[in-house]
Parts: sequence; C-alpha cells; structure tokens
Amino acid sequence: MSTLRPPSLLDRSPFLKATIGSRGNLVLSIAVVIVAALLVPPLVRWLLIDATFLGTAETCKTASGACWAFVGEKLKFIVLGFYPQEEASRAYAASALLIGLLALSAVPRFWGRWLVGGWVAGVGGVIWLLGGGGPLSPIPTEKWGGLPVTLLLSLGSFILAFPLAIVLALARRSKLGGIRLYAVVLIETVRGVPFIAILYTATLLFPLMLPAGAAIDKFARAAVALSIFVSAYLAEIIRAGLQAVPRGQSEAAASLGLTHWQTLRLVVLPQALKQVIAPIVNLAIGIFQDTTLVAIIGMFDLLNAARAAATDPMWIGFYAEAYVFAAAVYFIFCFTAARYSLWLERHLSVP
Amino acid sequence: MVDGVINASVESGEPGRTRPGIPAFVRMWLGGWPLAQIALYLGTLLLFLWLGRNLLANMARLGLTPGFEFLEHTANYEIGESFIAYAAGDSYARAALVGLLNTMAVSALGCLVATVLGVGLGIARLSPNPLVSRLVQAYVELLRNTPLLLQLFAWNTVIHLLPVPKHALSPVPGILLTNRGLFLPAIDAGGRGLFVLAAMAAMLIATRLVLRRRRRFAGPAPSRVVLSAYAIALLLPVAIATGFGISFAPDIPTLKGFNIRGGASMTPEFAALMLGLAVNASASIAETVRAGILAIPTGQWEAARSLGLRPLAVMRLVILPQALRIIIPVMTSSYLSLTKNSSLAVAIGFPDLVSILNTTANVTGQALEVIALMLGAYLTLSLTTSAIMNAYNRSHVLRSERR
Repeated sequence: MSTLRPPSLLDRSPFLKATIGSRGNLVLSIAVVIVAALLVPPLVRWLLIDATFLGTAETCKTASGACWAFVGEKLKFIVLGFYPQEEASRAYAASALLIGLLALSAVPRFWGRWLVGGWVAGVGGVIWLLGGGGPLSPIPTEKWGGLPVTLLLSLGSFILAFPLAIVLALARRSKLGGIRLYAVVLIETVRGVPFIAILYTATLLFPLMLPAGAAIDKFARAAVALSIFVSAYLAEIIRAGLQAVPRGQSEAAASLGLTHWQTLRLVVLPQALKQVIAPIVNLAIGIFQDTTLVAIIGMFDLLNAARAAATDPMWIGFYAEAYVFAAAVYFIFCFTAARYSLWLERHLSVP
Repeated sequence: MVDGVINASVESGEPGRTRPGIPAFVRMWLGGWPLAQIALYLGTLLLFLWLGRNLLANMARLGLTPGFEFLEHTANYEIGESFIAYAAGDSYARAALVGLLNTMAVSALGCLVATVLGVGLGIARLSPNPLVSRLVQAYVELLRNTPLLLQLFAWNTVIHLLPVPKHALSPVPGILLTNRGLFLPAIDAGGRGLFVLAAMAAMLIATRLVLRRRRRFAGPAPSRVVLSAYAIALLLPVAIATGFGISFAPDIPTLKGFNIRGGASMTPEFAALMLGLAVNASASIAETVRAGILAIPTGQWEAARSLGLRPLAVMRLVILPQALRIIIPVMTSSYLSLTKNSSLAVAIGFPDLVSILNTTANVTGQALEVIALMLGAYLTLSLTTSAIMNAYNRSHVLRSERR
C-alpha cells in the first residue's frame, strides 16, 4: 500500500522537478551552474563592471574591461561608413525609410498590391536619398557605407529577385522541357556555388565582358550578384509553395473561364506565396547576414565599417568591442525577424 | 498526337505500345511552342557570343591570351600552408591544387566536428532539464542570428589573443593552445601514417561488409566475434607495417625554446576557419536533429519504455534510427553549405581555393579561366556530395520504407 503524503516542493514546482528531481538531472544542473559560474562573471566584468564608457583611448588602455567609449566615439562611422558627415541626415532618413517599410510589411493586414508599389518607390527613394540628384548633392556609391548599405543591399536585392524568382519557379514547373531545363540549370548552378564565387564573377569578370568604355558601378554589380543569388533560393521556396496549392484550385479557375495567366495571377500565386511567407522571412534573415560578404570586394557595410573603425590609428585594436557592437545590431534585426516568422507561421496556419 | 506512341508495330506483328522513337521523345519532352523554346536558347547563345566577343577584345587590349596555358606558368607567391610540397616558382596549377586540398581538408574536418557537436546539442536541446535545453537554445539563437563572417572574425581574434607558445594554454595534458596554432598529440609513423590509416579504413569497411553479408545469411554474429573482427581489422595493418620496419611512436607536442615541436598542429587561420564553420553549422544541425527526433511519434517512446529499455537505449535503438530518415537529407544540405561557406577563408587569410584563385586572377588577369575553375570545382564538390549522400539515403533511409 502506498502511503499518502503531502505534496512536496518538488511536486508543486515543475521547474524544480525537472532540474533537481532525479539524480541525472541534478548532476546536469550542477554542471550547467558550474559552467555558468565560470563564464558569466568574467563576461559581465568585461562588458560592464571594468568597462570604460567615457574617455579616450588612453583611459581605455589602462582599464581591463571593454572600451565602449570607442564605440561611442566611432558610432557615426560604424553606422554610416565613409558617407560624408555633413550629409548624415540623408543616410539616417534612408535607413529609417527602409526600416519603416519593413515594419509596415510585417502587418498582414497591409499585404497587397500597394505595398509592392511602396517597396519599389521606397527603394528608389532610398537610392535617391543616398546618391543625390536634383536638390541633393551627388554622392558616389564608393562613399556609401554602414547600415544603409546593408539594408539597401539585402532588401533591394530581394525586390529585384522576386519577379525573377517567380519566373524561375514557374519555368521549373513548366510543361515545356526546354524551359524547364533552362530553369533547372540556372537554379542548380547558382545554388551549387558559394556566394563569393558569384560576387567575384560580377566584380572581376563582368567588367571584362562589357564593350570597351562601358562600366557598371561596383555597388550595382554587387546588388545584381546578390539578386541572382537570392532569386535561385527564392525560386525553390516559391516552387514548394506552388506544389502545395491543390490541383483543384487551377481546375476550378479554368472551369470558371479564366485564362492560364489569369489563373496563375489571381488564384494560384496568391495562395502559393501565402504558404511560404515564413520560409521567405527565414531566407531574408540569411541574405541579411550574407550581405556582409561584400566586405571581401572592399565595400563598407555595417560589419566592415565596424572592423575598419578599429583600424583607426587613434583607436587601434578595439576589435572585440567593434565585433560585439556589430553582432548586437545584427542579432536585434535577425532575432526579431526570426520571432516574427514563428508568430506568422502560427498566425497564418489554418486551425 | 504527341503522346501517340502507338507507331504501329504491325510489321513486327507484336501487339501493344512500343517505345517512342527519338523524334517523338523530343516532341514529348519539348511540349508546345518548340520555336519559342529554341528562340530562348538561341537568344542566350547570342548573348554569350556578344559577351565573349567583348571579353576577347578586352583581353586582346590588355595583352592576355585566352586559354588555360597560363596554369603552367610559374606562380611567384608563397602559400601559408599546404598539404603537398609547394614553393613560389611552382605552377599556378599546383597552387590551385594546394587550395583545393586546403578547402577539402577544412570542410571535411569541419563537417566531422559540426556533426559531433550538432548531434550532441540537438539531443541536449530536448532534455527535460530546462537549464540544459535553455542553454542550448541560447547557443543556437546566438549563432543563427549573427553573420558567419562576423563569427569567423571573432574566432580569428580569439585565436590570435591566445598566449605565446612559452605560456601555452593546456586545458587537457597534451593539447596546447597558442597564438601560433593549436597542437594535438599524434602518432608518428615516419611519414607513412596516411598509408596505414588508409589500409585501416579499407579493412574496417571490408569487415563491415563481410559481417553484414554474414548477418543476412546466418543471423547476427555474437558480439565477441564482431569485436574481435574489428580488432583484427584495426591491428593487422599496424602489425604488417611494423613488419615492414615502420615504427609507431607517440608524438606529444612540447615546448622547445620559443616554439612548439611535435604533435599534429593547426595553424591559427585553419583553426579559426574550421572552428567557426563547425560551430556555426552545429547550430543548424542541432535544430535538424531536434526536429527529426520530435517528428517521431510519442508512441514509439512509450512502447520502447514499456519494454523496459533504459533512456539511452531507447534513443540509440528506437528513436535515432527512425529520426535519421528525416535528418539525413537536411544534414546533407548543412554539409554542402559548410563546404561552400569555407570560401569565406579569403576574409581571414586562410589559403583556400577561392583565396588562391583570386590571387591568381589578380596576378595573371585571366579572370574568365580562373572563375570557370572556381565554379567548376565547387559544382563538382557539391554535386559529388549530394550524389554520395543520395546513395546513402537510398541504401539506409529508404530501405526501411521499401519493406
């Protein structure tokens, strides 16, 4: 006979039961606590307690912690790169415009035709804000840098890639063998090689392939390379969405008298795209991180600007601080997007 | 009709459909609009011809001859590290081979480390202990939400912050961590270690095949037979090598003067790249493993437990074999992306294929040929890896579904 006993502390707290309820879990918990005790205090000391928040490079060198004074001093450079200081407000406005559009697009109620138009106009506006023209003084793309470049490259290439990806996805499912083969070769080649190889093709090879005298801006070449790269991956995602739309949908549309293209545009594609929004957000997170590779061809995106800030002779060698700051910025963007993608998956799933 | 492959086998007198002829097959494959499709290919061809003509004109203007002859010319740059003998003055082809071997080495080792880390973390992520699973979750989130390039920069900085050899960090006796590289204990076989290792691998595979055949015809062998078979497979090559006069000596890295001698070593760049790639990939592998295990119905767990299996045995004998079916295809793409990501080596100064080819392109100006080599090499690597993994998938994963 089992004896009745009052509920112990372990029975009332699931957390305690899972952490110290059995001998194995107790050992694991103690191991985790020991590891945390070894790692967390030095980290906190470096990040906060011993850190220098105000001061010069000299005061930083005497302190043993992080030098946040460096980040404060170089903040403008990290965020804007070599963009002219007196025109900084334009770069801030451009970043704000892109982040605002992102925030708008996150609300499912706003999804629609005008949002697409808004993005096209917004990217055009950002290029105008950064590059100048009309009342704004012109600034060459070599001077662009920092967060606006990261945002513009990743979002702009997505906008450019979207129509191409839809065409590729449809072509890969086409009944026409020649078109299908064309799409397969294109998609698999791009997916089979690293992004750096495509970037080099665009920067080293493409200028050689233009007629003598013609030249394309380096920024544009990087954007085109990124768009081609994105479109191959995006096409595969959209193809998965197309496959998930039941055949009955297009048959029903056809029986209503819609033409092939009307069926695609009004019935199949909207359903297909809605199914794959969460994977598209995940791809966007990956692309946002992959834009850092433009540092290899000498452009100054956020990461490269942060790295370059630590090569300033006045503040040389504060790489750790620069990387921690850049990592925090990337983390905030990507973590928010990842959480949003999870929320969206729940929100859109049919109960 | 296009699908009318009934082209009457009246003459042969056999009833039924026959295989379509080549023209009918092409018609079926093409579907409708053959002219439009041919026009697409012709247009692409014309575009490439135009680009190629410009390229030839530009190369002629720069005094370059198209073609791969330049690969035979001598390369006048040094390469930091190499698995085959290389010195400035060797050909560009040899330099490219050095890069290819470096890429393959760093990817292979990275995949291995990433798998071990990722599978362990993926299982730990499912632990009922919230402290453990939250810790792994934080690790995964941190790695997935920061750019790989940033992680590689960070690893590079950390490894260069390690102490000089004189004050080397030694977490485990025999392993030395310094800013000149990482040193591990090894076994010195007088330069013939690779042959012995290859022989051991071949013997292991052969033993496994023989045991599998035996199991099919005569049922599972007793564990002592299996164990001794594997022991013999491992020891025989060593014994034969000893007979041929190769001596095996433990090679422990030790401090000699200002440097460390002996042991297996990794340069700081190799270590930074390998660790960065492996740790980054381990996050996605952990998520893959977790998803694969979660996809197994809870009934399997309950059934295994009700049979009295211990938790580890449940995992090893019941859950993992089924989860592998889901995990392996996704794991393949993790391996492929790790291999492609190894091209980020160029950013931290490790001489991988892309970095060496990029130098070659800058020195010789032969951008077209160099980029063709680069694309060809990665496509071959990617396609081979997916072919191998697909074969494995067919033999191990789908077998249970065929039954």
